[in-house]
Amino acid sequence: MSESTAQNAGKLSDDTVPSALMDGEFLQQLRQQMYRFSLLQLDDPQLAEDAVQEALLGALRNARTFGGRAALKTWVFAILKNKIADTLRQRHRFVDADQLLRSDAEEDIVDTLFKESGHWHRQERPAHWENPESAIRDKHFWRIFEACLEHLPARQAKVFMMREFIELESHEICAAAEISVTNLNVILHRARLRLRECLENNWFIREG
Amino acid sequence: MKKCRDITRLLSEAQERELTPSERISVKLHTLICSGCRNFGSQVDILRRISRAYVRGAADEPQREEDSGD
Repeated sequence: MSESTAQNAGKLSDDTVPSALMDGEFLQQLRQQMYRFSLLQLDDPQLAEDAVQEALLGALRNARTFGGRAALKTWVFAILKNKIADTLRQRHRFVDADQLLRSDAEEDIVDTLFKESGHWHRQERPAHWENPESAIRDKHFWRIFEACLEHLPARQAKVFMMREFIELESHEICAAAEISVTNLNVILHRARLRLRECLENNWFIREG
Repeated sequence: MKKCRDITRLLSEAQERELTPSERISVKLHTLICSGCRNFGSQVDILRRISRAYVRGAADEPQREEDSGD
């Protein structure tokens, strides 16, 4: 895979490549971000690297003019997302016994949000979030968001990202992860409860 | 009568599938009187918007904008 990558890339002349991709430092940074994203999803260094390579090659092949690096990055990530989605759809191994065992512990933590009666504990009840759009424009918010994602149990994080980052449909996730729809819904419910709680405590409703 | 735990489950599932008419009625009736679940319902939408913005590279945009003249 990586040999043909290098050959194909070699055929391109400099003037067909977006200028930002010729900037070594920017490209290096972009590759790292892409790899991290890809590895989170695929959990396999080789597959992750392949997806990044193919996405970058795709971007080079269809070289066009970009207004700036943000536009280029958006485009390259869109290609990467498709590559990851393809890989996930082809693959049917994902859940190992360890992860299944750990899911019992996940349940306990989410259960602490609700009383035995099934209603919110008073201090856990979701509050109103002011102005989420301004959070999206704030780079400090993204550090919190990444930290909250990292705090999710691994399986919840992966399924949440398959759904919300890669935008796979339920049946596609169930096939890739070998879980039932009921199981999927439970996992997404827990992931959303945890993630919203983390964002609320660390960003939207900060005390002091 | 459904409890917050069930209602948040339905609100979460509504991101993946269309709820049945009776599920929608349960959710409507419950969220009229429960601010926690009402907020949860709008937050699952916000989580989706945030996630899509993240993948689009919004986390890097403020620093990148000055590069637009490249």
